[in-house]
Amino acid sequence: MTVVIGFEGSANKIGVGIIRDGEVLSNPRRTYITPPGQGFLPSDTARHHRGVILTVLKEALEEAGIKPDDIDCVAYTKGPGMGAPLVTVALVARTVAQLWAKPLLGVNHCIGHIEMGRLITQANNPTVLYVSGGNTQVIAYSERRYRIFGETIDIAVGNCLDRFARVIKISNDPSPGYNIEQMAKRGKQYVELPYTVKGMDVSFSGILSYIEVTFTSKMLTSDQCTAEDLCFSLQETLFSMLVEITERAMAHCGSQEVLIVGGVGCNIRLQEMMGVMCKERGAKLFATDERFCIDNGAMIAQAGWEMFRSGQVTELSDSWITQRYRTDEVEVTWRD
Amino acid sequence: MAVDGRSVATQQFLKKTDQIKQGAEARVYRGIFLGKPTIFKERFPKLYRHPLLDEKLTHRRTVQEVRSLLRCRKAGISVPAVYFVDHSCHCIFLEDIVGSITVREYIASTQLTPQKNQEESLDQLAKKIGLVLAKMHEEDVVHGDLTTSNMLLKAGVETGEADLFLIDFGLSYISALPEDKGVDMYVLEKAFLSTHPNTEALFDKLLKAYASSYRKSHGVINKLNEVRLRGRKRSMVG
Repeated sequence: MTVVIGFEGSANKIGVGIIRDGEVLSNPRRTYITPPGQGFLPSDTARHHRGVILTVLKEALEEAGIKPDDIDCVAYTKGPGMGAPLVTVALVARTVAQLWAKPLLGVNHCIGHIEMGRLITQANNPTVLYVSGGNTQVIAYSERRYRIFGETIDIAVGNCLDRFARVIKISNDPSPGYNIEQMAKRGKQYVELPYTVKGMDVSFSGILSYIEVTFTSKMLTSDQCTAEDLCFSLQETLFSMLVEITERAMAHCGSQEVLIVGGVGCNIRLQEMMGVMCKERGAKLFATDERFCIDNGAMIAQAGWEMFRSGQVTELSDSWITQRYRTDEVEVTWRD
Repeated sequence: MAVDGRSVATQQFLKKTDQIKQGAEARVYRGIFLGKPTIFKERFPKLYRHPLLDEKLTHRRTVQEVRSLLRCRKAGISVPAVYFVDHSCHCIFLEDIVGSITVREYIASTQLTPQKNQEESLDQLAKKIGLVLAKMHEEDVVHGDLTTSNMLLKAGVETGEADLFLIDFGLSYISALPEDKGVDMYVLEKAFLSTHPNTEALFDKLLKAYASSYRKSHGVINKLNEVRLRGRKRSMVG
């Protein structure tokens, strides 16, 4: 039996999860929430994480009924992410690894999402759509790497949603994306927005600029459409682009499985649209709920578990963090 | 009288075809049209998309594909001939490039069976792709979906040397902007390197050939480098 504890804190979530041979023993987390119209700054986010991380760690150990002696390895998010929050988490992971005399493992955040998704859904070899506040990628496994077939060429889809929420002053509690999703359900009118797909890549910055310039100044003020209509139209447009590039990657790779991971992957409308596409192709859709879609410690523990079992460890001298860490930089030693 | 939005001619033709592929854009069939081997590309409604968005995209992409194919053909770039367009069902009848294989298949098979002149033949191919793309961009055609699956190789009748055909212009458009051409090359680079791992040197040769034969390539290469580093592209912050 191999038990791994994972620390995640690359953005505004701080989580500690414990995995034992594919079983999630505990997975508590906290979210740093800012007032409407504001994003989260790295220094403030790090301060929040520092304030709660030991409480979350204690919760994780108690909920799992595990003592430090039972743990085989300490995994933490090495990157990508925001510098200051990553440093906070790495510092705690390093400290407990030394206190408990356990090996340390730096994990790629994106690969954490993928491995957690594969564990929970039992997807075999899916085309992965990874959508979050900081990342938008279409990924498929090939020759010991998670290859990026498509991605955003500017901002991530979650970032686009978050910034849109700021523009029209939608609450950040529990998250901007969730609130947009609820408002979109009340939207009736489809408003045409820029649609930018480049092969298997997408671009979202144009939509955002268009909304900032056109809609806030003209449409909302002149009653041409409601905020709900805008939320609805934005979701329909963004998600159509995502489903399209996923389908293009599936056709390219000859894949019959799709796995959606990342915070935006919780969105029911995105899952619905992807489901329709998969049905049309005779393919299978796999998705997880908010426990595992949204950044969490268990996903880092699971990726760490896979890495540790394949003989990987991170030396203390190499236990730095990086904001820049491509998914395809990691050699996947635990898969054929 | 049209059934399911298809004209009678299209219906008749479809009865004698075999579906060979369902891409992200369309269903692709193979058959004979007016005595010629034909590829039939049908853009069907995408039910996951909002109907207004779907209709707009489908119409625009059908028109753009035909427009770009004709423009390339006029410029002497090897692309399939357009035989017929049925706008009622967004269908295009195209020349079937009989006896061709995709560049993707060619690279994969060449890498699998190492021969004495393997490197040389792949270098020649990279050069050829670079030259064809330079010519296409010279005509201000941006392909929009450059992958090695969207390039065909067919042995030339006279020379015996392979001709390179570009296909699948559904995401194409006309633009003179270096930014758009740079993104076009970026899309190819990523598709190239993810589909054919460890071929960085090959792609560099492709770029060199492109740069040497396209006089405005400097701006495009600069934009390509910019796109490589832009925003979340390399840093993936967050």
